[in-house]
Amino acid sequence: MATINVEKSHTGGAADAHAHGAHDHQQSFITKYIFSTDHKMIGKQYLISGIFWALIGGFLSILFRLQLGFPGMDMTFLKPLLGDWITTSGTLDPEFYLALVTMHGTIMVFFVLTAGLSGTFSNFLIPLQIGARDMASGFMNMLSYWFFFVASVIMFYSLFIETGPAAGGWVVYPPLSALPEAISGSHLGMTLWLISMTLFIASQLLGGINYIATVINLRTRGMSFAKMPLTVWAFFLTAVLGLLAFPVLFAAALLLVFDRSFGTSFYLADIYIAGEALPHVGGSPLLYQHLFWFLGHPEVYIVILPSFGIVSEVMATNARKPIFGYRAMIGSLLGISVLSFVVWAHHMFVSGMDPFLGSVFMFLTLIIAVPSAVKVFNYLTTLWRGNIIFTPAMLYSIGFVSLFISGGLTGIFLGNAAIDVQLHDTYFVVAHFHLVMGSAAFFGMMAGIYHWFPKMFGRMMDNKLGYFHFWATFIGVYMVFFPMHYIGIAGFPRRYYSFTNFDAFSGFTDLNMFVSIAAIVTFTAQLVFIFNFFYSMYLGRKAPANPWNSNTLEWTTPVEPGHGNWPGEIPTVYRWPYDYSKPGAKEDYIPQNIPYAMTPESNLPHETAMIDMEKDDDAVVVDREGKH
Amino acid sequence: MFGILLAIGAVVLIAILLLIYRIYTLVNVVRGTEKKRVSKSNKVNAVLFVLFMLIFGGWFFYYSFAAYDKYQVPLASVHGLEYEQIFWTTTWICVAVFVLTHVLLFVFSYIYRYKKDRVATFYPDNTKLEVIWTIIPAIVLSILVFGGFQVWADMTDAAPPEAEVLEIMGYQFAWEARYPGEDGKLGAHDFRLIDAINPMGVNFRDENAYDDFIAREIYLPKGVPVEMKIRARDVLHSVYLPHFRQKMDAMPGMPTRMWFIPTKTTAEMREELNDPDFNYELACAEICGRGHFSMRKVVVVVEPEEYAKWYAEQQTITEQYPELRNLPLEEEELDETEGAGPVSEVVESEEVELSQK
Repeated sequence: MATINVEKSHTGGAADAHAHGAHDHQQSFITKYIFSTDHKMIGKQYLISGIFWALIGGFLSILFRLQLGFPGMDMTFLKPLLGDWITTSGTLDPEFYLALVTMHGTIMVFFVLTAGLSGTFSNFLIPLQIGARDMASGFMNMLSYWFFFVASVIMFYSLFIETGPAAGGWVVYPPLSALPEAISGSHLGMTLWLISMTLFIASQLLGGINYIATVINLRTRGMSFAKMPLTVWAFFLTAVLGLLAFPVLFAAALLLVFDRSFGTSFYLADIYIAGEALPHVGGSPLLYQHLFWFLGHPEVYIVILPSFGIVSEVMATNARKPIFGYRAMIGSLLGISVLSFVVWAHHMFVSGMDPFLGSVFMFLTLIIAVPSAVKVFNYLTTLWRGNIIFTPAMLYSIGFVSLFISGGLTGIFLGNAAIDVQLHDTYFVVAHFHLVMGSAAFFGMMAGIYHWFPKMFGRMMDNKLGYFHFWATFIGVYMVFFPMHYIGIAGFPRRYYSFTNFDAFSGFTDLNMFVSIAAIVTFTAQLVFIFNFFYSMYLGRKAPANPWNSNTLEWTTPVEPGHGNWPGEIPTVYRWPYDYSKPGAKEDYIPQNIPYAMTPESNLPHETAMIDMEKDDDAVVVDREGKH
Repeated sequence: MFGILLAIGAVVLIAILLLIYRIYTLVNVVRGTEKKRVSKSNKVNAVLFVLFMLIFGGWFFYYSFAAYDKYQVPLASVHGLEYEQIFWTTTWICVAVFVLTHVLLFVFSYIYRYKKDRVATFYPDNTKLEVIWTIIPAIVLSILVFGGFQVWADMTDAAPPEAEVLEIMGYQFAWEARYPGEDGKLGAHDFRLIDAINPMGVNFRDENAYDDFIAREIYLPKGVPVEMKIRARDVLHSVYLPHFRQKMDAMPGMPTRMWFIPTKTTAEMREELNDPDFNYELACAEICGRGHFSMRKVVVVVEPEEYAKWYAEQQTITEQYPELRNLPLEEEELDETEGAGPVSEVVESEEVELSQK
């Protein structure tokens, strides 16, 4: 129903919009907050779920950091929570350690940084920024969230079963993940992991199709692709990546299900385990790795692209400057998106695949650094000669650039097959992807939350607490992940329960302890954010309509947009979203819905020429609410 | 009782913090702080960025030099030298970029912090600049790629024919190493032949297997190319030799290989490091289950003469378990095993696989 309404009002104008207003009041608690088809509510649902999962994922990491920083420490006090996973001598069970690592990875990559980030902001921002009343299909959008919710419930449940959750690493390479004899996490836990991920993939596809359809079809009058905010560009390309990559993970997971439950041999061959030779022959574990990383690498960009978009937007707004090289930014987004599909095997340089293939992927991998470098330089130039206002969102955006540089540079080491041989599966890799993908994407997400909180909840978050949160987190993540580079160069392998068995890895106990303490402090600092978030949601200062003096369309809606987003007609777009500090303009921003006819003092020559075209438009509506 | 007190204390503490926070927000409302476009915090944040850069940057450089010996793994292979060169070249380039971009990022943040009378420069694009900073990274990266190609090609090339061959098999949670014996040829293997006395599933129907021996410690000759044929018995493992800068996954069903030239004997390394307990170690680098962190095997590098002596002293598998020699499976028997080809085929396919590389 909602879909039909939305489409009608999109073309129909004011009369329908009023119907929307009436519609708003009829909603029951269930249709408004639970089975909502409103993109804003679904975005908030994703956000709250994402925060929940981030806390769980973070907590799991604290558990294994305790073991790594203080090997063999007495964890009896965790017995009420972890039960038999604390051994009789009070230490953490080595198999549960692996389960913790696995679940931390799965949760953070998929449930927090995919669903929590792109789910939240694609849903919330796409219709608001392109001038649409809702998503192309509100119902599919709702389904998308609820598939994700069921996936979450199953994944959460798997944490508590007797044989433990999946424990083969977040990549769940077979045969380890296929053989229950090999590790106890490959019993029921792995089955639940696969079911949950299958539902998760369905959720991503439902969401992705919707985002793509919405961006292509529901842009308001004047909102050409060349005038779209970079956020929307980023969400759009993220959805395309997800749509192309996730089905491959589904295929990989399905074949794994067959191998596990129906005796096929896609990934299994010549295995002797638990005292017997298994009947599997002819399968290849490499096949799984290829399929997994065909998703796995684009997944990295599915995580980071939305952050690129958010940071571009926040940075331009708060530097009071147009984003430098708007077209180059889109070009680099496109370049990264295309290249992200042809670099996957750089995760497999030492997997035993043909070395020639390694050379090809090394070359392609290092190419992808070029558009990434362009983005960084463009961000720096955006700051140059700006007039920077450090809102918490801006701090997080600057932090994002810093982390992206640090983590991106170490990618040059790992993308080089000759160097990767030594560093592969060491803490260097852990440091690399936690900076470039984990922390950077997290910072993008935080920038987004601080920036759009007023639009989401109609209230402001507290700045001072935001500053504190930023500095604690920024310093914290560097303290946690920077030392790991040294540990990695020293050759320490990842996913090791302890390093006491090897002379080669006996050093750095001090550094490991330092990292663990930093991790605990950083994690605790997130509670400040949790407080700020929920407190401000109800008791924060009331937000003005356009608190950051921003140009994009979402700030032309009422402070708390109702169902249908704009009470009257949807504003028309006349200009790109980055007219900040335009010479001659009265204020240092000109929203997208202000026609050039109204700003003769600041128009560039080719823009003055466009005034006549504006008049030709049969319905030039000057949105009076646009100027606050 | 103590617990209850603690809980009450925590609740009181939280209540006090909440109260303070509430008062602080109300004071701000009265002062009208939020009405100003930016507060004093703007400058504080700008300064903090510069401080962060100086303190963290200083620490980074200090620690990188001070702790060099701690993170630098002793080096003992020809290929490792090439690795070190390309690693440090890349490092210095990256450090330069790292410093440059961070200085710009934080200094810009400081210099261009908000000032009331200043207007930001409307500077939407500059094609020339953008072309420059697309091309320069492309060139630098190409140089690194071609350096990498060279090293990668050297190390993944086929092993020289004179290479010493041995087989490494990973299983939960240890390694087995098999040497080909006098004839220099490893006997065939089949996973269906594995049992308690034949952990590697060596197929003794193949005569080449008669003089194969399994070594408790991996001995390698110094200065001679060594080729490792790698496989796994149950799940994935990864042969990781940090001192030789070598790593290769071990897979069930798909043999892999790697080769290198050790350059220092264990004794020489002990002397060099002034550590009489030093040993080269083989570790597992691919998650493989509960005991992943304990898959250690000692590697001993000796002079070639000593190696030959050690080699001759080893007891072959068939000497140890003569019954194995008498009990090879009949060809027909193996053929009948469900879904598998005859052993000879298994052996052939492996040879094809190896010669392709």
